[in-house]
Formats: sequence, structure tokens, C-alpha cells
Amino acid sequence: MFYREAGQFKTSYAADQAIYPIRQDKIGILILFGFSLLAIPFIAPIYWLNSILIPFLIFSLAALGLNILTGYCGQLSLGTGGFMACGAFFSYKLATAMPDTNILIVFLLAGLGTALVGVLFGLPSLRIKGFYLAVATLAAQFFLIWMFNKFSWWTNHSPSGVISAPPRAVFGDIDVTSASASPEAKYVFLLLLVSFLALIAKNMVRSRIGRSWMAIRDMDIAAEIIGIRPMLAKLSAFAVSSFFIGVSGALWAFTYSGSVEALAFEINRSFEVLFMIIIGGLGAIMGSFLGAAFIVLLPIALDTIPLLLGLPLSVETVAHLRLIIFGALIIFFLIVEPHGLARLWQIGKEKLRLWPFPY
Amino acid sequence: MGLKSLRWAAAALALSVAATATPVVPAKAEGDQFIPLLVYRTGPYAPNGIPLADGFIDYFNYVNWKEGGVGGVPLSWEECETQYNNDRGVECYERLKNRGASGATVINPYSTGITYALIGRATEDKIPVLSMGYGRADASDGTVFPYVYTAPITYWAGADVMVQYAREQEGGSLKGKKIALVYHDSAYGKEPIKTLERLAEIEGYELSLFPVAHPGLEQKATWLRIGRQVRPDYVFMWGWGVMNATAVKEAASVGFPMDKFIGIWWSGAEADVLPAKEAAKGYKSLNITGVGKDFPIVQDIVKMHEEGEGLADPANIGSVLYNRAVVNGFIITEAVRKAQEKFGQRPLKGEEVQWGFDNLAITEQRIEEAGLKGLMGPIEITCANHEGAGSALVQQWDGENWVAITGFIDPNRKALWPEYKASAAQYAKEKGIDPRNCD
Amino acid sequence: MNLKHLAIGVVCSLGSIPVVGLLLQQLAEAAPNDIFFGWDFYIEVVVTGLLQGVMYALVALGFVLIFKASAIFNFAQGAMVLFAALAMVGFIEMGLHWTLAFLLAAVVMIIVAILIERVVLRPMVNQEPIILFMATIGIFFVLDGLGQTIWGSNVKALDIGISQTPWFVLQGEFFPGGLRLIPTEVVAAVVGALTVTLLAVLFQYTKVGRALRAVADDHQAALSVGIPLKFIWAIVWSVAGIVGLVAGVMWGTSLGVQFSLSLIALKALPVLILGGFTSIPGAIVGGLIVGVGEQVGEVFIGPLFGGAIQDWFAYMLAMIFLLFRPQGLFGERIIERV
Repeated sequence: MFYREAGQFKTSYAADQAIYPIRQDKIGILILFGFSLLAIPFIAPIYWLNSILIPFLIFSLAALGLNILTGYCGQLSLGTGGFMACGAFFSYKLATAMPDTNILIVFLLAGLGTALVGVLFGLPSLRIKGFYLAVATLAAQFFLIWMFNKFSWWTNHSPSGVISAPPRAVFGDIDVTSASASPEAKYVFLLLLVSFLALIAKNMVRSRIGRSWMAIRDMDIAAEIIGIRPMLAKLSAFAVSSFFIGVSGALWAFTYSGSVEALAFEINRSFEVLFMIIIGGLGAIMGSFLGAAFIVLLPIALDTIPLLLGLPLSVETVAHLRLIIFGALIIFFLIVEPHGLARLWQIGKEKLRLWPFPY
Repeated sequence: MGLKSLRWAAAALALSVAATATPVVPAKAEGDQFIPLLVYRTGPYAPNGIPLADGFIDYFNYVNWKEGGVGGVPLSWEECETQYNNDRGVECYERLKNRGASGATVINPYSTGITYALIGRATEDKIPVLSMGYGRADASDGTVFPYVYTAPITYWAGADVMVQYAREQEGGSLKGKKIALVYHDSAYGKEPIKTLERLAEIEGYELSLFPVAHPGLEQKATWLRIGRQVRPDYVFMWGWGVMNATAVKEAASVGFPMDKFIGIWWSGAEADVLPAKEAAKGYKSLNITGVGKDFPIVQDIVKMHEEGEGLADPANIGSVLYNRAVVNGFIITEAVRKAQEKFGQRPLKGEEVQWGFDNLAITEQRIEEAGLKGLMGPIEITCANHEGAGSALVQQWDGENWVAITGFIDPNRKALWPEYKASAAQYAKEKGIDPRNCD
Repeated sequence: MNLKHLAIGVVCSLGSIPVVGLLLQQLAEAAPNDIFFGWDFYIEVVVTGLLQGVMYALVALGFVLIFKASAIFNFAQGAMVLFAALAMVGFIEMGLHWTLAFLLAAVVMIIVAILIERVVLRPMVNQEPIILFMATIGIFFVLDGLGQTIWGSNVKALDIGISQTPWFVLQGEFFPGGLRLIPTEVVAAVVGALTVTLLAVLFQYTKVGRALRAVADDHQAALSVGIPLKFIWAIVWSVAGIVGLVAGVMWGTSLGVQFSLSLIALKALPVLILGGFTSIPGAIVGGLIVGVGEQVGEVFIGPLFGGAIQDWFAYMLAMIFLLFRPQGLFGERIIERV
């Protein structure tokens, strides 16, 4: 009824190519963004900011990065944790070596560094495919974690190998990193940064380079024949993806946890991010956000439901049940909608367009 | 149900997940002293996490059962499952920190990783962190870490006790001896290295390092080198979880003499030696609490269980980690008691309990009075000294039970404190912390 | 199965042992402070590695079986190993003899396999491999939670009457202390060899085996000649479950049955890429190479970097192999058409 594009005419190519060609979408997203930026920091409880929204934003960014590689370019990677660790440790080294540099520049440099590492470990992808590649990326995962753990140079020779993010400010003197920064400031900073990077990603996948990734994903030999250079496409996907993942790792260390050791980015982290993009939807920017929200919220929801219902279950049982339900839900979602939450969202929009007169 | 309706169900489910994630559970009762418990009853470290968690709930329940709480204020608690995972630990902390009548009393992370992650947050929230025998050793410096307590003893002090014990076994000198350190390759396992290296120079032993990658299932190569190549006189171990059992087993299989193999207090629980059974006989470890059930307080808890008031699995009573949790609980209630002297008998805030910790002195007399004689040594925490000068003993596995074979040994704190100070100062500099004045 | 390839593989890997030894000897002379080399010690490390390799191969076998028949990368194999071992310990705790408990645990694994086929695989026929891979991660969680709910999370000892005291064989001039063998591992090696022979016979000479190979070759063609795909899948998952049980018993006797058993799946992955996802002998040879490579790497090369390199060393080894043979040692040649 209210969601209908009748009467919205496109008179220029620019209008036709807009990210949200439908006006209602555009308004909707602006309202959502405005609400997130202006209202949530004031109304959300600290618990929500600290343990749900901040990790959600960081994970969204990581999922976005992996989605570019796996969802758009079709290269399955299990090295996400390793690349996040790169971002975290690079930015730590940079931030402590150059205390006066703006933290945004530090994150940017750390991201670029990670991109370089990503390209290096992406090289085997030119020859190896599918699950073989996935296992090969595990080499990156284990090697990188080992390296950060082993050489104390990365942690400025801290005896235990743990890095503590120093407090740094962005806008004037508002701290946005380390535990001493206020959660509201961190949240707003993350929201702006992640939205900006998401916008870049969205535009990238709609452009020439994004289309070459998708061609490689759909069939690399065919893509090669029609003149797409697989090396360039695959390595650029590794680079861009690692950049995003690296920045998210830096944000994880600096804004969320405040202090991390290399083991915080172990293999489980890689799987977690992979869950997000598969549950959210491979090859969908929106899906990265939906998937991240789902995976961040689900365990917490499963923890609180028995309490809400007043069931007298022990923590042990709840934890076991949580595992079972979590696994069962993953299977359920994959059976029902293998293309993820993003696809559900799409279907919902289609339905809404016809509603309330479907035929 | 068709695929279509299933699909709607999926969408509805996704939405409801978002809706129910809000934690709005009220505290158990008005006027309780609330203690959040970060536990791990599942996951890779559950065999160690279960007796720990059981010890806590049994002790707090015991305090309520015996004397109706601390100074008339009943204790309440809530468990939150972390699975020994840092992120979940942080989430649990955020979830529980404001529960109860006055918020969290104190946090016991029972994971070095979670401790590291919470130090900044808890300091910001003014909630004490009691990392009893784990976490950052340099947090003993109360001027830089006002809200972190390492009582009764740190890893660095533990390493010192181990060296002392080995020296005594060798008749007073370790000159020319070889010591190998097998450690979990993480923040936790790396803690003792500096201390052992420093002592190597003083004592004249040769130290070799053997990191073991997480989770520690792979130690064949490590033990081949120890057994065949390095042939050390002593092996010290900083292990956790499955790594301990594997190490004990491998050590036995290369024929390393078990009585020269000493683990830290996290490598000396029942779960660590049970899989190796007979082969583990003679293996030693440090412990920060007494061993067994022969303590009045433990007997009292057994009595409570007999009356049907127990909460935990009675099989765990008296086990190494259970006892440790009881002592940990005792230190907490003593700190609350102390704080009540100043702030009155009401539910206290974390900030007020911190004062209690800063002025906590548990004397030998008080220990005996509370029925913990032999279970722990006296500790005295001050504003600047958060370690409290506790001590550790050596225990040995006799094939059936852990048996204490020494009394409590005091580490050489005179040499340790400059190290704490220096390391804490570096942390303060990096984080831009102004050390508080304790005089 | 290509026997010629297998023979070449075995000869090459055996031949490389003395070559690597010589290289290490040179290296040890160059860096005498870090590396300690003696031929007797080297042989002992290699033997330890070989035995360890069989243990890896046992886990890898389960992956291969399922991948071969259904092109599913079964991440839940580790959880199946744990679940099977837990079930067996559960039956032993009920007072049964371990042989009986083993059989009952095998029945449990067959039931699990049938359930997985019914509930998970059947509705997901024709999905992309990555989606199926995710579904097996779901199975991983369910099995983990279920196993702990039923049998608890405590560490349990598993005793099937194998002594834990090491044997010292070949005592003599070359091995002054004797060559150390651990009975559990020797038994595991024998059981592993038996399992592989049994599977090879099953695949090669029985009707079900022929059907299995047909399914592995081409699902659609197999269906069109009347091979019951669902039944075959149930069989494959059952067999993988039982192989998992064998692996679980072997690992469980030496480590105790506990949650960490499910993590050994990660150790099987480099074995898989080395041997090829689709080859049963590949799993064995890959296991041996990874086992030996890891031990030798950790003992002789690890000290140069401060140790604990085992984790990534196996993966790097596998990755280097892959650059030369992208389908693994014994994997089927990948032929791509547009």
C-alpha cells in the first residue's frame, strides 16, 4: 500500500543506478541511520551498547570483508581470524610507535598492511580451488596467530603477549578507544566508520571490479575466456576483503575488548564470521549486517529465554541446550532459506510491494 | 508445513531473537549482596570449571545457611556460562555487573584471558576483580591497578616457589642443573618465563622453554626432546585443561621421573591426572589451598549436604579446585565483612567492597576461627600491595588422591616486588594511568 | 583405486626419510646450539611421527568417506568422534564389557547417521557445497551439546585393557635405550591398517561398495541406473560414524574422553588436502606424511623459531604440496569444462 514505486520515474542514468532506486527504501534507510546515530546512543542501556551493538558493528565489518571474498568472488576462506589479528597487532604497533597520529590513519594503515598480507596468502588461490583453498587459508590462520604469539616485538615485549589498546581520540578530545572511552562515543564512531566502509563496499561490488569478482565466482574459466584476468580479480578480492577484515580486527582490539592476545583471533573467530555471511546471505551487503546481528544476538537470546520464562534450568543445561538449539537453528535456516536472511528480507519486500492486494 | 510457511517461521524467529535478547531479569531479592559467577560448566575446560563453580555456590550457600549471609546481609549469586571464551566472559560481565541490590560485589573471571579483558572495564566501573592465582602478576601493584587483586599469590611468585622447592630437593643448590618449562603458548603460559630467566642467573641453572600450542593435544615432539635430548633435571609446567593430562601421560611414556615433574596450581587437579591414572603416580604440583576434606569448614559443608541443603554435586567436595573456590569465596566474604565495618551492614557497592579488600587482613587466628586452618595461609592486603603475601604448598599424586607434601612456602617477595613495580609502571605509561597515592 | 600411484607415493615418502635426515644432519652442524641430531634419535622421532600419523589418518578417513560419496565436507566428524567415544564410555559405565559397549556405540552411530540423513541431508539435496558444509557445522553443535547433556562434561577414562607402559624394542648398539613404542599407538596402527583394508575390500568387492563408487562418480548417473542414493548416504554416514568410533576409542584411551577430542578434527585437515579429499589410501599416506613432517619439523626445525610450530607446519607442508598438485596426492584429477 505505502510501499509502492508507482509514479517514481527515472529520468537519468544516475537516478537509475542509485543504490536505493525506490524512494521508500531511501527514506527508510535514512530514518534507520538517523535513528541509530541520534537516538540510540541516548536511549540504549549501556549493556546494549557495550555487549551487543559495538560487537555487532565490528562483526558486520568483518562479515562484509569475508562476504566480498567468499560471497562475491567465490573464494572460501577460513583465515578471517588471522587477518583480524593482523589488523589488531598492526594498529597496536603503529599506535604505540606514533602516538600523535590520528587513530583513523592508524586503522587505515593497519588495514592496508592486512591487505598486503591477504594478497600474499591469496596467491595459492590462483591454483587451488574450493575446499582445498579453504584448508590452505587455514595455513594463514595458524601461521599468523603463531607469529603474533611468538614474537614479542608485536606486543612491545609485554611479558604475557597481551596488547592493551591505548586511549586515542578522534573528534577533538573525545576518546574512542580503550576501556576508558565512553560507550556512546565508541558506538557513534563505529557506526559512522562502518557505514562509510559499507557504502564503499556496496559501490565497489556494483562497479567493474565487483562484476569481475562475480564472474570469477560463477565460473572462473568462463570468466577468463571473456577477458577477465583471474589473477587481478582474485587478488584484488583478497586485498579488499583483508582490508575490511583488518580494520575490523583493529576495531575489535581498540574499541571492543581493549586488550587482546593473539589467541582471541583463533580459528573459532573465522568460523563465527563465516556463519554470519552464510546465515546472512552470501553475496549480499545487507546479509553481512543481518548475519552479524543474528549470530551476536542468538546466544544471548538463548541464554535469557529460560530466565524470562522462569524455567528452573541450571547454567549447565542452558549452555548445552544453547549449543543444540544453535546448531539446530543453523540447519533449519539452511534448509528453509539457503540464501540467507538477506533473501528473506528480499522476499519480504516483494510481498510488501503487493500487499494488501497480492493478485 | 510447507516450505513457504517454514520460511515465514524463519523470519519470525529471526525477529523474535532480536526481541528477546534484552536482559530484563530482576535480581533475586531485595537487599542481597550480589556476586556474579563467571563459570564454565561446558566446553573444553569444563572438567576444571565444574568443581570450581560447585565450590563457589556451595560456599555461598553455606554462608547463608550457617549465618544468614555476611553480617545479616544474605548473599545472592548468578552463574553465567563463559565456556572459557573471552568474548562470552566480557558479555557475562556486562550482563551481570548491575544485578542485585547494589551491583556486582567482585568479579572472579577464572581465566587469565578474561581477566585481561576485564581489567580496564572493571576499573572503569569500580568493581574489584579478584584473580586468585591467575591473571596479571604485575596487577599486584595496587597503585596502578586499584581494582585488581591477585591475592594470595601470582604466577611469578609461583615460579619462585617452584625454584625454591627444587633447590631444597637438590640439597641447597641448583648450580649446573637443567630445568625445562613446558607451557601453554598463551598469555597465561608466558607469565613465569621472565621470573624463571631471572632466577636462572641467580641460581645458576639452565632454562629451556617448550611452548605447547593450544589446546595442547600435541606434545609428542616436546617430550621426545625433553626425554631424549635435553634430559632436564626438573620439568615445570604451566598447563591447563587437556594439556595437563596429555603432558603427564607423555612424560610417563618417555620415562621422565614423575617426582621431578612439577606443575603450577592449574596443573594439579583430579581431572589432570585421572586419564593417566597409575602412570601419573608421583607427579607433583603447587597448590594454593590445602588438600582433601579434613577441614572443619569442608566437614560443615558435608553436613549441609547431609541435611539436603547442598547445591553442588557432592562428589566434587574436597577436590582441589572445589577447595580453591571455597577459599576464594571466603576471601570475598571476609572483604565484604571488612567493608561492612566501615559502611554498615547493607548491600555494598563494588567501590565499597574495594575498600574492604584494600584493608583486608586474614590472620591465622581468623582462619582457624572460620574453620579453614590448613586450607589457606594468612594474607594481608593493603592499598599498595594487592597480592597480600600469600603462599603455596607442594602436593603429590599418590595414584588415588592428591597429598600435600610440604607446608605453605613463602616466595621471595623482596626480589619479586621490583619486578611487579617495573612491569606495572610500563603498563601505566602505555595506558596513560596516573598511579594513585597510597600513603 | 590406483595401485601404481599408491606404490609411487609410498616409495617416495619412504625414500625421503633418509634424505631429510641427511639435510637435518647438515643443518645441525651449522647450528649446533639449537638443533640436536643423532640418527637413533631421528629414527625414533620418525617412528613416533608414523604412529601419530596413523591416528590422524583414522580421523581423516571419516572425512574422506563422506566427501567421496556425497561431496560434503563433513565438519562434524570431530564431534562424531567425541560423541561415539562418549557413548561407548557411557555404556561401559553402565557395567558392560568394553566389546559390548563398542558394538552398542556403533549402533548409536548408525542411528545418528540415519537421523542426519533424514533430517539434514534429505531436505538439502542439490544445495551448494558450502551450504552443506555449514549444515555439518550445525550438526557439530548439536552433537556437542547432546553429548554433553547426556554424558556430562567431565573427563572420563577409557580403558580397553591396553597397557600404558611403553615398550622398548630393538635394544642394542644402535638404540642404547631401545626404541620406544607406546602400546596404544601400536594397537592404533594395527587397527588403522585393518580398517583401511576392510574399507578397501568393502569398496572394491561388494555390491554396496560398487554402488558407493558409482555415487561418488556421479550422483545423477547413479540415480538413473537405480542406485538408492538416500540409502547409500545413510550407509556412508554410518561407516564414517563407526570409523569415528574407532578413532575416538584410540584417542580416548590415550587422552581420556573429553570435549577436546572434537578438536582433533583440525589435525585431520592438512592430512586431507595432502592425500586428496577423495582417496582412502590418500588419507593414510597423507596421515603418515603429516605425522612425520610435524614431529620432525617440531623437533629439529622448531627450536630455530622458538617452538610450537606444529600447528601451522602441517598446513604449510600441505599448501606447498598443493601448489604442485592442486587435487592432493591421490585426489582425482580436476577436469574443468565451460
